Amino acid sequence: MSLQEIIIQQVVNGLLLGSFYGLVALGYSMVYGIVKLLNFAHADVYMVGGFCSLTFLTLFKDTFLGNGWAGIVAAMLVSMVIVGLLGVIIERIAYKPLREAPRLSLLITALGVSMILYNSVMVVTGGEYRAYKTGLGFQGISIGSVFITHTQLILTVAAVALMFILHLFITRTMYGKAMRAISMDLDCCRLMGVNCNKIIALTFFVGTALAASAGTMAGVYYGSLHFFMGFAIGIKAFTAAVIGGIGIIPGAMLGGLLLGLLESFGTQIPFIGSEWKDVFSFSILIIILIFKPTGLLGKKESERM
Amino acid sequence: MKENQIGLQTADTQTAAKQTNPLVRFVDKLYELFDNRKIRFSVIAVAVAVLLYLPMRTNMYFMEVMTNVWFYVVMCLGLNIIVGFAGLLSLGYAAFFAVGAYTTGILILRYGMSFWLTLPISALMAVIAGLAIGTPTLKLRSDYLAIVTLGFGEMTRLAARNMAITGRATGLVGISRPYFFGLHLYKINHYYYAFLALAIIAIFISYRLMDSRLGRAWKCIREDEDAAEAMGINVVAIRLYAFILGSVFGALAGSFMAIKMTAISPDSFLFTQSVNILLAVVLGGMGKIPGVILGAFVMVIFPEVFRGIGQYRMLIFGLVLLILMIYRPQGLWPERSGGGPIEEKTCKDEVI
Repeated sequence: MSLQEIIIQQVVNGLLLGSFYGLVALGYSMVYGIVKLLNFAHADVYMVGGFCSLTFLTLFKDTFLGNGWAGIVAAMLVSMVIVGLLGVIIERIAYKPLREAPRLSLLITALGVSMILYNSVMVVTGGEYRAYKTGLGFQGISIGSVFITHTQLILTVAAVALMFILHLFITRTMYGKAMRAISMDLDCCRLMGVNCNKIIALTFFVGTALAASAGTMAGVYYGSLHFFMGFAIGIKAFTAAVIGGIGIIPGAMLGGLLLGLLESFGTQIPFIGSEWKDVFSFSILIIILIFKPTGLLGKKESERM
Repeated sequence: MKENQIGLQTADTQTAAKQTNPLVRFVDKLYELFDNRKIRFSVIAVAVAVLLYLPMRTNMYFMEVMTNVWFYVVMCLGLNIIVGFAGLLSLGYAAFFAVGAYTTGILILRYGMSFWLTLPISALMAVIAGLAIGTPTLKLRSDYLAIVTLGFGEMTRLAARNMAITGRATGLVGISRPYFFGLHLYKINHYYYAFLALAIIAIFISYRLMDSRLGRAWKCIREDEDAAEAMGINVVAIRLYAFILGSVFGALAGSFMAIKMTAISPDSFLFTQSVNILLAVVLGGMGKIPGVILGAFVMVIFPEVFRGIGQYRMLIFGLVLLILMIYRPQGLWPERSGGGPIEEKTCKDEVI
């Protein structure tokens, strides 16, 4: 492969990986922005989303939807709604009673929710890998010796489109405005007559729905699901959110794409094999945090009063 | 005593209503009894006697579990220095444990060094690791610190997995067991006593640290960083001390674990390990030494008790954890100073 082809290949890989990271990172970032919680359960919600859509895909297989793109999209939408509601329920049961409690208790609760989610999926699936069978072919386009499947292209475009829709939702609607306002000052929003509980629930819905969509896409792309698959991407998405500036919506997207690209190019650096790629991305995180502690898009804020 | 009660009630309006639960009241009463000096000493005396006598009576399985408990107690007390005393959220504590275990493992296996000589080196490595993690990150906000420590924890594990000297994915196997004044340490009971001794030393040091000038400085920073700085406390340096001391605890526990297990692999230092230690600390009650010990007990014994229900046990553990945190967010045996340590605005409502 020539250098040019390697670059194209890695850009494609990186964008796809990065858009998954971005979608999951958005959920982390939105929740953090509003309730200042590192939602550890988010990675598991992503995993549950994958399994949920797989269940529906197998249901749709024999109907007119089939297990091609129509079936996948339908399964993804259903899973987004169901998992979004799951997110709302989690917020209502586990996080809402602790909103005024110490931050660390909230964090531990999130870890508890994460444990519950992945252990229940483990019990249901028996801890085994599940094949994500789709009716998609392996057609694609080739540029030189680089081969890109249609699936890869469509998934990347879909992920970016979802991010764009979210961006419009956050910037153009009243709900989005309320979310941004709450992330600035919750108590003040209450005084201004914003129904904060409703908006927080909505944030959880949107965040977890996005994670579910990412879970579906990951299932389609990798072809298998596992109860522990959320963990690795959870850490990465988290890193992506922090790189971009946690709590900032465009930051999460930027961070995700950047991390995906850095990671796929990181594997190409001589003497740093693919087994070191995680070390590489964490080093990037630490370097960014040392030089720009609020993340790439974060504004300098003073914590001191 | 009275002051404590008031502190408890005002600590959290959310839980204040729940404090009327008779069970919770009873437990709180027990804790208050424990605050009495005489009762405390008699309880501790009985406990120590029982713990020393225990190996003569019980079976190997029980000893294995108890050894694990003491190991957890040491680790949790180490993390308690970082999280409980200094109020720094660390999600990568297993990294320090790994540093200790690998240092001892490598020195014994590759250089044939005596185990007891590896201990100071292991502590030294922990200091270096603590400095390496702490120096660049301690200026960060608490949440960023959490993710960076998580990153460092994973990096340590991945490095151990990919380097030749650490034995890559298989880890180190066949670490020889040491002699202690001519006594070959190979039985589980030997390790039970070794870890018990280590735990007692750790408890003693923790208490001494808590009451020391350094301990008060940590507490001061935890409660109000700006006020602490205004009082002339070098915030970054004092936090760094917490990191270093905490990591030394973890590394020494790791060294002992290396000879107990005789084999170490990168999979012993997963993120879940760090999380379990943090869970034990928070579950027990951050900053409160008896609370942390209780947390370590619960964390180790719970899965053993529920071994019968197989794969459902961690599911139930998650549920119990959730319920406990909702009804008692300060932990099982909270430090009664009102509010949690890692809380940025303790008096949120008063500010407005």
